[in-house]
Amino acid sequence: MAQKVYVKVNADFSPEGEVRPRSIIWRDGSVFEITAVMMQIRAASTKVGGCGLRYTVRVEGQERYLFRDEDRWFVEGK
Amino acid sequence: MRTILHSDLNNFYASVECMMNPELKKYPVAVCGRVEERHGIVLAKNYAAKAFGVKTGETIFQAKCKCPDLVTVDPHYNEYMKYSRLVRAIYCDYSDQVEAYGMDENWLDVTGSRMVFGDGEKIANEIRERVKFELGLTVSVGVSFNKIFAKLGSDMKKPDAVTVISRDNFKEKVWGLPADDMLGVGRSAIRELHRYGVNTIGDLAHCPDEMLSYKFGINGLRMKQFANGEDNSAVVHRDFEFPIKSIGRGTTFTSDLTCNSEVWCMILTLADEVASRLRAAKKKAHGVSLTVKCNDLAWKEWQCGTEHPTQNAYELACRAFELFTKNYPWVKPIRAMTVRAIRLDDEDICEQLTIFRDAGRIAKVEAKDRAVDEIRRRFGRSAITSASTMKLEKFPGGAEFELTMPTGLLTLA
Repeated sequence: MAQKVYVKVNADFSPEGEVRPRSIIWRDGSVFEITAVMMQIRAASTKVGGCGLRYTVRVEGQERYLFRDEDRWFVEGK
Repeated sequence: MRTILHSDLNNFYASVECMMNPELKKYPVAVCGRVEERHGIVLAKNYAAKAFGVKTGETIFQAKCKCPDLVTVDPHYNEYMKYSRLVRAIYCDYSDQVEAYGMDENWLDVTGSRMVFGDGEKIANEIRERVKFELGLTVSVGVSFNKIFAKLGSDMKKPDAVTVISRDNFKEKVWGLPADDMLGVGRSAIRELHRYGVNTIGDLAHCPDEMLSYKFGINGLRMKQFANGEDNSAVVHRDFEFPIKSIGRGTTFTSDLTCNSEVWCMILTLADEVASRLRAAKKKAHGVSLTVKCNDLAWKEWQCGTEHPTQNAYELACRAFELFTKNYPWVKPIRAMTVRAIRLDDEDICEQLTIFRDAGRIAKVEAKDRAVDEIRRRFGRSAITSASTMKLEKFPGGAEFELTMPTGLLTLA
């Protein structure tokens, strides 16, 4: 069963108010660079529950969902 | 012709819990009040629990008798308010006329948006899909030409569905339904209607005016108009705030009250919160109401006027306590109580003083209240309080949640 994992995120905040996540910092401190943000859309997570602005990001060559729920970020962990 | 939508979030509290924790979806789930606060009843349930006959309002024990594997979860009102707000934001993308009816229901007047988004059914389906995709919740939407039929429509097909009731089909779709399915037909009205053989909305639509106005007055004729699709009440603008008619605070005590001194402390605590909210809303009360619920769940309510408009806790409490001592025979211990400020006016409304009132004293009391408010604003509610209400063992802790209760219908001029 997938679980919701809240993570630290480094992000750029543009003067226009746009937010672009740059890297995800995992619970053990490992840093995963986000090489591309493919899409952002408001969506619910059917796997782990909750909802927010869903970024489809590429991390280490794989596509992942990164959710921004108000002031917190989470991913669908294993 | 108007196009009105009524959107109803299905099993709202239970759906939010299941969406937040998808593991729960496999089980019959009921959101229940906290037993330690003596609120141990079912507040909402999912469809799996409904299949076992679990009903809203019954005790957890009764629910578990029907469904031994029922999973009970505590309510998370902050989350419900958050999702209620998010759903409303979606509605506001389609119209500026969005009127809440409780936390989980809204009317939308999309008459002016049809040229942009398509007809009512198309808008309803788009809203339904968006709420599911963006928030993981489901809505049932009724589409019609007035608010009453739109609400009926949203109740007809659940969950995650759209029902259209048009001018052409409303007689087939609506008239066969029980009369009390319609908004505006309450419990006492339906008892009377049954006595006259009026059972369906169609029966009501054909009732003689004389009989309805004789039995129910103007409301009887209104019910008939509703049944004939002649409801012209407006969907208010999303920023519209319904005028405050009363401000109240009630609680269920952690154990029953058994003497007058306990009752006085509780009334003073409740009145203190009511008075703070009156001052925040810039209102003064011309009256007080007190509701008392005994430990057998029987309840009584009494009202009285105040000597002059007030927003002072002590004055409100004195009036409420007078009501109590005059009316309550102390046959049973008390389980719950509500103090309510009624007949409200703006605080700056001109007031006729009498020669017997000490204006200097009133000014001092008001200055003291303002000082208390300021201390609480800066340091928190518990920073200053009456000595007699400092240690109330029977008063439940925890935050109070203000839930918006459904309001009446506005009639177009």
